[in-house]
Amino acid sequence: MAQTSTASRDGIAVPEKIPVTLNVNGTERKLMLAPWTTLLDALRDHLDLTGTKKGCDHGQCGACTVLVNGRRINSCLTLAVMQDGAKVTTIEGLATDDTLHALQQAFIDHDAFQCGYCTPGQICSAAGLIREGKAKTADEIRELMSGNICRCGAYPNILAAIQQAMGRS
Amino acid sequence: MINFAYARATDVADAVRRIAADPQAKFIAGGTNLIDLMKEDVERPTRLIDITRLPLNNVEETHDGGIRIGALVPNSDLAYHPLVAQRYPLLASAILAGASQQLRNMASTGGNLLQRTRCYYFYDVTTPCNKRETGSGCSAINGLNRMHAILGTSEACIATHPSDMCVALAALEAKVHVAGPRGERAIAFADFHRLPGDTPERDTDLAHDEIVTAVELPPRGFAANYTYLKIRDRLSYAFALVSIAAALELEGGRIKEARLALGGVAHKPWRDAAAEAALRGEAANRATFARAADVLLHDATSYAHNSFKIELARRGIVRALAQAAQGTPQSQSDKKIR
Repeated sequence: MAQTSTASRDGIAVPEKIPVTLNVNGTERKLMLAPWTTLLDALRDHLDLTGTKKGCDHGQCGACTVLVNGRRINSCLTLAVMQDGAKVTTIEGLATDDTLHALQQAFIDHDAFQCGYCTPGQICSAAGLIREGKAKTADEIRELMSGNICRCGAYPNILAAIQQAMGRS
Repeated sequence: MINFAYARATDVADAVRRIAADPQAKFIAGGTNLIDLMKEDVERPTRLIDITRLPLNNVEETHDGGIRIGALVPNSDLAYHPLVAQRYPLLASAILAGASQQLRNMASTGGNLLQRTRCYYFYDVTTPCNKRETGSGCSAINGLNRMHAILGTSEACIATHPSDMCVALAALEAKVHVAGPRGERAIAFADFHRLPGDTPERDTDLAHDEIVTAVELPPRGFAANYTYLKIRDRLSYAFALVSIAAALELEGGRIKEARLALGGVAHKPWRDAAAEAALRGEAANRATFARAADVLLHDATSYAHNSFKIELARRGIVRALAQAAQGTPQSQSDKKIR
């Protein structure tokens, strides 16, 4: 892998930028990134896709949830260089033209947010949950959505929105 | 985050070569714990060796009727794998009791074994911690120690091992396969994690230049009579105060074989041969379970804020053994403890 300039830490030469190719929401994006750039920071700061939110930045809140190769993950806890070649879907990539994704519409229908900060992560997480197909009951949805915190406490409506979207998909 | 160099290993031998060449390097797989610790400045590797593209992501049956789990199999894939769900439901249940689905989608089998304690002082670089900085002292012993260990502690460290999966692997007598410059070796699960003693900086017996390649399970899966009971501050997505993996083989109301391992109580998944011996051959009833709990907790010691854990563990053991004996394992989605 090509390396460009070097920076120094404790007298040790380290590579500064590494080429990374990501397919983000159906578009191939080529970036030059420092290895310590998380996928979250690559999306927000390098691709201006600020729909994905930085909440805790430690994998505890779920606001940064995106789909990587169809699986929901915390984008704050993976390095962009590790995802070279991956297919990434963010909240910006869920709608089709002018039609909202079933989950986006369901969140509106059920008033499933208040401040909205956790919402992109909630919706991406729910998209992953539906794709996994493991949650059937309300208890199972709640448990498998427990990695997404909503400090406004919109949980009952989030659950209702997910149930509506599950019924349609 | 600190600066570091990054390289991708092409195969296991290449990974071993690269780690052996740099004492400050670390492997990265799921990254869920390591990147967090790097953001906190607790871990400061100069180089990360990405092993995520190594061919270590299969679950396969072994010749003796067990299974071999590749070190890179994600925790969620492992929990839902048909061989695990059907033959080792204790392992599936323990995995699903831990973390969140996003984290389980990232976290690897090998990485789960190597995750580090969530002791607040280990994470807080402004405080002394013998695990983080040898000889600096233990802030937890006389500090906030509600989450801390009650068994196998030392003057140097009272941290707990955070894994749920490892508690089940301990009960199931897994084996850890590792590779290094001196070849391959297998480590019994009981010998993989260490007690703190006077070297709390070492969590496991894995050498710096070794890599976990697989975890092997023997044929015995205890699929009929098992439970994983995890007691925590929240109903989901929290580390255990106390967790219990219980697995029994019953014959006419008597216990033929018993496994009992606890999480949240020690520096490693805690298994006690004497407690299991107290169950074997006995009637599967509450009095037997209580005796086993007494044996296991005989040497338990507590600190200023965690004495509740001893009684919690005692009751948890009795309840878990009852769940296992009745064939009614704890649900990890309906949280009512029955």
